[in-house]
Amino acid sequence: MAQASVARPRMRKRQRPNVVGGLLGFFWLVLIIGPIYYVVITSLKDQADYYSSNALGIPTNPTLRAYRIVLQNDFLHYFINSLIVAVVTVAVVVAISLMASYVIVRRSSRIVHLSQRVFLLGIAIPIQATIVPVYYLIVQLHLYDTLPALILPGIAFAIPITVLILVNYLRDIPNELYDSMHADGASDWRTFISLVLPLSKPAITTVAIYDALNCWNGFLFPLILTQSEDKRTLPLSLWSYQGEFNSDIPAVLAAIVLSCLPILAAYIIGRRQLVAGLTAGFGK
Amino acid sequence: MSSDGTAAAAADRPTSSGAEVLLRKKEPLPDADPSGPGSPRRSISASSPKASRKGPSLWMLAPAVAFFAAFGLVPLLGTVVLSFCDWNGLGSPTFSGLDNWTSVLKDGSTYHALWLTVLMCVGTFVVQFPISLLLGVFMAGQQRYRAVMSVLYFLPLLFSAAAIGIAFKNLLDPNFGVSNALHLGLLQQDWLGSPTLAFWVIIAVVSWCFIPFHSLLYQAGARQIPKSLYEAAQLDGAGRVRCFFSITLPQLKYTMVTSTTLMIVGALTAFDLIYVMTNGGPGDATRILPVDMYLDGFKSNQMGVASVVAVILIGLALSFALLLNKLSGSDRMESQMEGM
Repeated sequence: MAQASVARPRMRKRQRPNVVGGLLGFFWLVLIIGPIYYVVITSLKDQADYYSSNALGIPTNPTLRAYRIVLQNDFLHYFINSLIVAVVTVAVVVAISLMASYVIVRRSSRIVHLSQRVFLLGIAIPIQATIVPVYYLIVQLHLYDTLPALILPGIAFAIPITVLILVNYLRDIPNELYDSMHADGASDWRTFISLVLPLSKPAITTVAIYDALNCWNGFLFPLILTQSEDKRTLPLSLWSYQGEFNSDIPAVLAAIVLSCLPILAAYIIGRRQLVAGLTAGFGK
Repeated sequence: MSSDGTAAAAADRPTSSGAEVLLRKKEPLPDADPSGPGSPRRSISASSPKASRKGPSLWMLAPAVAFFAAFGLVPLLGTVVLSFCDWNGLGSPTFSGLDNWTSVLKDGSTYHALWLTVLMCVGTFVVQFPISLLLGVFMAGQQRYRAVMSVLYFLPLLFSAAAIGIAFKNLLDPNFGVSNALHLGLLQQDWLGSPTLAFWVIIAVVSWCFIPFHSLLYQAGARQIPKSLYEAAQLDGAGRVRCFFSITLPQLKYTMVTSTTLMIVGALTAFDLIYVMTNGGPGDATRILPVDMYLDGFKSNQMGVASVVAVILIGLALSFALLLNKLSGSDRMESQMEGM
């Protein structure tokens, strides 16, 4: 792409700047930032200020009171639950999906094709529609109200899209590399560890971030598969704070801000990879 | 692909024979006999590796397939089975024939939920499609300010539906939210309390959540359109609008199919936002199928009825996806996976 623009020295520079586009883009920006701005400023108000001041006004005397309340109400506990679920889920999903993708790219047989089709089906059907049997399964396995109850289905439902993204990436590894590994007598595992794994690092990063995001923000599984406060994850805790803090809205919104901070940090560090990961599976 | 017909056929049969081949491979291989039947793997040193090798062991595929089968496929089939059962969520399900189906199909509220779901799909599509498309094309531009804006546009994707739902619920609060902040008559509404308004508010919030994702797809698509097309068109005197309709739109055809499919599946499953914001209410004004399913199953303890709703939901999603694939004239999803 860059080459093309260099090769053709500005034949006719883009006409006038796109004023209409810029204005609409700016308008959309306001729509996106507005609610975020509201959440942040409100979380810095005290309760009296919340009731008396303009909802979109800057707090008269900003305070971190709301954040203290949230942190005193087991926020860190929920945070750690979310962290455990996300880390375990993502680690397992990426490991087994990468193995599967390696087979899918390098092997052609009916079983492999069938598996691919099944994974594609997994992308097309709404996963939510299977929660009743998932609930049944988890109860039967005596896992109800445990963190594994969130991890196991989480892994399963992340596999299809993870495989799709990884397969698209692995396709670009030249066959010659595999062949030469093979000619050197390397086993499947050896090839996997010393060729596939290092070469697919960028794809692994993107897909891991993507899966982590989904897992971190997951609401349905925790809602249905857990019950006790002890096993609550962050999104569910936001929901229950709403009831617990009765109408201490700044505290509820402070919890929202806190729950978003880790993801925001990840976004700042790895924005490119995150964005790439989101479209890798779909757009071309 | 394999020169050895019998071995290939054996490996291509379902799991058991595939496993046999795998087991055979694990045996020590004393002296390779490339011509021997059923031993394509042994010919590594003899002929070119490509022709002789079948690829890595199927065991490496097994964990992913097993996981997805256990917690994805089995539940998928289980939904159908449970739709013919009576189960209150405790104890064990008992077979009840078509009872759930007849009660669901006789119940007017099901059709209401179905109608709302279709309306939700259409509504979110009508809102999201043009905005995502324009935004994506806009973001695909190389200008610096657009890059900066894109960073911010992407923010809604980072937040959980629960967070977004709760934030909007408070923002739209009739007493302490935006209604009173801007002193605009138009904005002074009980957004989520009015049955007619609530549904449209949900559509707006769903769009707010998902437009960033779809515009990302369009951005990626638009960046792949060869620049030369635009340069040629400009030489011919085509303006910006003309370029958009004659080049950008047709070139984004596949992106549109992918994005539309995901939009519709997304609308079909917009559970968490609605649950948090309105819980299907006021009344049943926002009780679309997934919400209906949840409330039937986990609030009214009628898991069988919930499963019927789930089957309808799955049917809807699959037919939408297939229809779009057909309409686009190409099996996009599959063509991505095949062609190796």
